[in-house]
Amino acid sequence: MLPPIVGVLFDGLAYGMLLFLLSVGQSVTLGMMNFINLAHCSFAMLGGYITVALMSRYGWPFFATLPCAFIVAALVSVAFERTLFRRLYRAGELDQVLLTIGLVFMSVAVAAYVFGTDQQPLQLPGYLRSSITFMGIRFAVYRLILLGLALLITLALVLGIEYTRFGARVRAAVDNERMARGLGINVDRTFAITFALGSGLAGLGGALAIEIVGLDPSFAFTYLVYVLIVVSVGGLGSISGSFLAAIVLGISDVAGKYYIPQLGAFLIYLVMISLLMWRPLGLLGRR
Amino acid sequence: MSGPALATRGLAKSFGSLVVARDIEIELPKGVRYALIGPNGAGKTTLINLITGMLQPGAGRIFLDDSDITALPPEQRVRRGLVRTYQINSLFPHLTALESVTLAVCERSRAARTWWRPLNAYPHEIDEAYDILAALKLGPVCHRLTRELAYGQQRLLEIALALATRPKVLLLDEPAAGVPREESNELFAAIAGLSSDITVLFIEHDMELVFRFATQVIVMVGGRVLLQGPPHEIAADPQVRAVYLGNAPAKGLQDKRQEPHRESRHD
Amino acid sequence: MALSEKATSPRLYLQAQTRWRPAEIVFWLATLLPYVLFPNYLSLASQIAIAGLFALSLDLILGYAGIVSLGHAAFFGVGAYTAGLLSKYDWGEPLTGLVAAAFAAGIVGYATSFVICRFRHLALIMLTLGFGLLLAELANTLGWLTGGMDGLQGIHTWKLLGYFRFDLYGRAAYSYALAVLFVLFLFARRLIHSPFGLSLRGIRENFVRMPAIGAPSRAHIRTIYTIAAALAGIAGALLAQTTETVSLDSLGFERSAEVVVMLVLGGTGRLYGGLVGAAIYMIARDQFSGIVPQYWYFWIGILLVGVVMFLPNGILGGLAKLSRWSRS
Repeated sequence: MLPPIVGVLFDGLAYGMLLFLLSVGQSVTLGMMNFINLAHCSFAMLGGYITVALMSRYGWPFFATLPCAFIVAALVSVAFERTLFRRLYRAGELDQVLLTIGLVFMSVAVAAYVFGTDQQPLQLPGYLRSSITFMGIRFAVYRLILLGLALLITLALVLGIEYTRFGARVRAAVDNERMARGLGINVDRTFAITFALGSGLAGLGGALAIEIVGLDPSFAFTYLVYVLIVVSVGGLGSISGSFLAAIVLGISDVAGKYYIPQLGAFLIYLVMISLLMWRPLGLLGRR
Repeated sequence: MSGPALATRGLAKSFGSLVVARDIEIELPKGVRYALIGPNGAGKTTLINLITGMLQPGAGRIFLDDSDITALPPEQRVRRGLVRTYQINSLFPHLTALESVTLAVCERSRAARTWWRPLNAYPHEIDEAYDILAALKLGPVCHRLTRELAYGQQRLLEIALALATRPKVLLLDEPAAGVPREESNELFAAIAGLSSDITVLFIEHDMELVFRFATQVIVMVGGRVLLQGPPHEIAADPQVRAVYLGNAPAKGLQDKRQEPHRESRHD
Repeated sequence: MALSEKATSPRLYLQAQTRWRPAEIVFWLATLLPYVLFPNYLSLASQIAIAGLFALSLDLILGYAGIVSLGHAAFFGVGAYTAGLLSKYDWGEPLTGLVAAAFAAGIVGYATSFVICRFRHLALIMLTLGFGLLLAELANTLGWLTGGMDGLQGIHTWKLLGYFRFDLYGRAAYSYALAVLFVLFLFARRLIHSPFGLSLRGIRENFVRMPAIGAPSRAHIRTIYTIAAALAGIAGALLAQTTETVSLDSLGFERSAEVVVMLVLGGTGRLYGGLVGAAIYMIARDQFSGIVPQYWYFWIGILLVGVVMFLPNGILGGLAKLSRWSRS
């Protein structure tokens, strides 16, 4: 018989993987262009709502909606990047924070208008809502699939960034943007593609998150905080850093809520503040 | 008179496998005007960053007037009189020239800590700031915003800021960089006119200026000191000429070799 | 230049900078208008004065020292709860309540300033956000002290100076809030024109250069952060005393974000920016209070995007540009 802590760790790990999907795009784009995009989780929220809409209004099966969530979030983000964001790459932090917070406010209001403020119900097929019992611990099938999917994506990201030409350009641009330009790398285009990919992943994360944490208009704000925590703790521009930070935070949050419920959300802020003070550039930050 | 104004012993710094400074040993006696030259990437600015504390050395020690300052943070070194200027202007864009220099003076005199008395209750600081600007011919433009000054004037403001801290050792990083020839002579005349209490080390690429204003030249290549000596010796040295071959400064070296031996400038 | 000319000219010029401009006098005279023109809106007017003070306190760190804080409401909340708790436990004297609130908020500010002064950029923003959220969670958890979701009950503010009672018409409240705002404004103004104020601007203009002129930037940042925290605490206490309520949203992220919006709307680094921005924001919100909260945030969002894209120095900055343009 496995002790209950295994179940807690498993849930924490699954939650951490979700946070990773939501955060990895933000980390890389921040590391590359130092552009603070607080509207990142609005794209995640968009992905979630796409899934809900496709399933409830058009009867699509769950897994079919996931690529859609990814693609729509990616496309919408590119639209914003081309029109608004690129004008602020040289602007100060305050301007970037303000503009993107403004977008978050707008997205929250639009979501409330279109879908209402209630939690979105999700009708998953039976097998996804069941669980497997193994050595006394119940492992939810959904979380198992989430874990598997996230690990696959992580593997694809890591392999992609290490072994493809595009990945090499991304690494160069994160390391030293000016030098990369000097070497003839089209940093703007690399950034746009990375931005789209990151937002797409966030959209996917948003869709996958519905079953675990629910979806309502406040998602854009609530998870923004978690994403920022993962990014600043993990280190800007570091995929492995985000991975590590997401797992640490996911497990801390779930374990904290399970063992010391009074501490609740507390713990995650304490962890972030302490980690940031110890390593202001993040656990594996490059800058 | 005790030892040198500034000395480094075995100063070294690497970034991973990239060695930017290797076993640097220099000594600046009090009141001298030394030049630091070398090709781009030789580590000259890095050396200044190490000496001023902006970079932590991997090894070695730094001595200001016989006391070991290696562990001191940058602002402490400034308080002890070790001051630098920047190759690329690092000024306060929306402060006027007078405000910028007054700020430096107030920080030195610790007036900057008071928040309950207005600035014009400190006439000494304001006058001192104005005097520094006037000596550098910036008096008429002292009320203009820094960002509205001409480039040459901004370079002079860089020096004014440094002077406001009452330096004992002044490290000038390419003070005439980007300044047109007529103005750079004026700039260096201002530096030459500095009190002999101040020890000056300046980085320069223009060999004519080096010859006119430096008594000794230190040559750095690839992170280490290649050699050191009076300007005419350096100009004649085959190693130095090899390093500079193909660059504009070589022309300066060439001319110097043809001309009769120049009297070095004595303090 | 003659010696006497040289000696007086720079000083006179700097002195001229600190003189009261006509527009400022008009502004403060205008604050008296509500008594005459809008006697039914005096409670809104006192809310504006309180929000203005809060925004002014943020301007000291954001506009002058360049610290972007997304958690400034923490100090507002500490001040509010301090004054509220004092009153609840039978000490409702308003002025001493303000002092206590300033003290409490100042201490919290001082403590956090040791962490704040060591960081820049994203880490700094995250830390301010983290501290703000932490304090809000703390207040929620300590429900026995703060009243939790229900808010603090049992606040009763005594008569001001033993004579003025806070009534439903809000006259005393507005006079009180306005007077406190004015006094603290004078204080802030003096601070800005001092050598320390010049240092703050130096920190904002070029942080890297400050150590190179021997400036102890971290000590300066700690000082101004503490002062700004104390001022925010006083604003919170004013709210607690005039409305006789304190709830969790005095500490929440919405309030931190709101005050940033107000300040940026008016224009940072201009002393009056926070006051102007607060007035516009609160009046607009009051006029559109019929609209459901979600939709209000939509317009705030558009406003923010608009300000960043078209009015980067806020309304006052825009006005300044306009006057320069019309003069040339």
